[in-house]
Amino acid sequence: MSKRIREAFSHGKAFIPFVTAGDPSLEVTARLVPAMAAAGADLIELGIPFSDPVAEGPVIQQADERALAAGATTDRIFELVRQIRRETDVPLAFMTYLNPVFTYGAERFLKACGETGVDALIVPDMPFEEKGELAPFCRRYGVDLVSLIAPTSRARIRMIAAEAEGFLYCVSSMGVTGVRSRITTDIGGMVAEAKRASDVPCAVGFGISTPEQAAEMAKHADGAIVGSAIVKLAAKYGADCVPHVERYVREMKAALNLG
Amino acid sequence: MSKGRFGVHGGQYIPETLMNAVIELEEAYARWKDDPGFVSELEGLLKDYAGRPSLLYYAEKMTKDLGGAKVYLKREDLNHTGSHKLNNVLGQVLLAKRMGKTRVIAETGAGQHGVATATAAALMGMECEIYMGEEDTVRQALNVYRMELLGAKVHPVKTGTRTLKDAVNETLREWTARVSDTHYVLGSVMGPHPFPTIVRDFQSVIGREVRAQLLEKEGRLPDALLACVGGGSNAMGLFYDFIGDPQVRLIGCEAAGRGVETGETAATIAVGTPGIFHGMKSYFCQDEYGQIAPVYSISAGLDYPGIGPEHAWLHDTKRAEYVSITDDEAVDAFEYLSRTEGIIPAIESAHAVAYARKLASRMGKDQIVVVNLSGRGDKDVAAIARYRGVALYE
Repeated sequence: MSKRIREAFSHGKAFIPFVTAGDPSLEVTARLVPAMAAAGADLIELGIPFSDPVAEGPVIQQADERALAAGATTDRIFELVRQIRRETDVPLAFMTYLNPVFTYGAERFLKACGETGVDALIVPDMPFEEKGELAPFCRRYGVDLVSLIAPTSRARIRMIAAEAEGFLYCVSSMGVTGVRSRITTDIGGMVAEAKRASDVPCAVGFGISTPEQAAEMAKHADGAIVGSAIVKLAAKYGADCVPHVERYVREMKAALNLG
Repeated sequence: MSKGRFGVHGGQYIPETLMNAVIELEEAYARWKDDPGFVSELEGLLKDYAGRPSLLYYAEKMTKDLGGAKVYLKREDLNHTGSHKLNNVLGQVLLAKRMGKTRVIAETGAGQHGVATATAAALMGMECEIYMGEEDTVRQALNVYRMELLGAKVHPVKTGTRTLKDAVNETLREWTARVSDTHYVLGSVMGPHPFPTIVRDFQSVIGREVRAQLLEKEGRLPDALLACVGGGSNAMGLFYDFIGDPQVRLIGCEAAGRGVETGETAATIAVGTPGIFHGMKSYFCQDEYGQIAPVYSISAGLDYPGIGPEHAWLHDTKRAEYVSITDDEAVDAFEYLSRTEGIIPAIESAHAVAYARKLASRMGKDQIVVVNLSGRGDKDVAAIARYRGVALYE
């Protein structure tokens, strides 16, 4: 496990915010990431926007469209990471789809991750059976390849967890990303099953938006991932979103560690 | 490397949430595909409900007019629902029933696959929801009403380019949300394994019939097989039985739109590069960063930025050839076949007719070309009228 990812899970329950890089602009993302780190984010997921994000609900789909329209590209996002790394040592994970990585060149992409200081990579359309596309390059350049488990995974959980790196991304609900009023999956059961095969930290994502939900997830898992709720703030406040997101991150980190 | 490969292409690039669903589908297909009860039920439906075998028609006037190879038309347009799409849908919906599913969902471009799925769902008593790009619901308004008439719910897709690619995205998202009682009836030889194999197998009846029919009529195999290619299901269905006959040329006709050099095109083999999207590794129209390109064709059914993985492999191995046909050429062919043979082809199929006009005239009179007439053109009449400047609306 990369040193920074281990560090991310060493300050109580981890709060993991997601933002789409370049939404509303790369300049705003460059300010947003250090501000979230200062507000208590333990690990930050940076989305590389994709034209056709099939695992995303409308909120992140629109963020991807805005970012691409504003000129975000993979090269500019690596430049952004260099800039962010001059300001903060916060653990960083890229979250993107396989095609942008494959088309850029898997080795070239992961080499750049290693050089710029990206600690982990999450690819929701690359299941366990296909991870050979990226795993050798992740190992070569010291980037953790994060695996996902879902409510439908059942017997697959142990197989996936046994080879998990960095942390295990537990998908809380069926369907795509987005705010949900209730999460009905037996998260505790999923995490317990994973822990039987691995001691890797488990973070829950998809559908979490309120401090109450975060506190509930903290009972079962090592961290909570929040995307759409933060992206909504970026959509609502645009270039002025930084203080709003900061306040939200502080509130969520506190809620996670009340218990 | 994972299952379902055609050379380097294919695979199963989908979210973890769907992995058990495709594994169950693969197991069910292996369990049922050669089961005598399943096979006879499907064959019965293909014969008595779909109207198979479809005719292999010698287009004598067209042949004389072109002055070269004999042209035969495989009349998939005469199937119930008016296209080859029903072959695959009947197979998949029967399979879904065996798997205990009660609901089917599907994407559609021109509406032919949506109509076929809605039809099979009505016949077999399944709930049915269809996802169709908003732009296509306008281009093919009549088919939307047709699907609703058949009891399906049609969702206009308002994301992205609002065409076939986005309809696939949205159907995948819906399947992720509700997988336990729902089967995704994928309409082409694309997507994650096992779909490219299942759809090809169910469509391969086209090529098997052509072989038997031509042997009976001519006592020999054809020199060339022509079919239009979007995702590539009617082409794969025609080609598959002939892959092992190297003397038979396999020619896929892609939609060049306004021209492959204009950027307003859907000709994936002509302008695409290797990528991984919609569950498969194959060729895609995309930019240098792997963002999927907005594609264009007059034909909603060919307006797709990728191609099925087995076609990608047939291209890599040079077993099949892929050519591009522009909107103008396709519309000319649409009118040509209507006037010459009294057959109005789907604008998709007109792409193959257009290439037949070029090819047959260059071939010898002792040679034979078979064109897959994958669908009928009733749905396109208003759009072609507008293309010709006639203000005709349905």
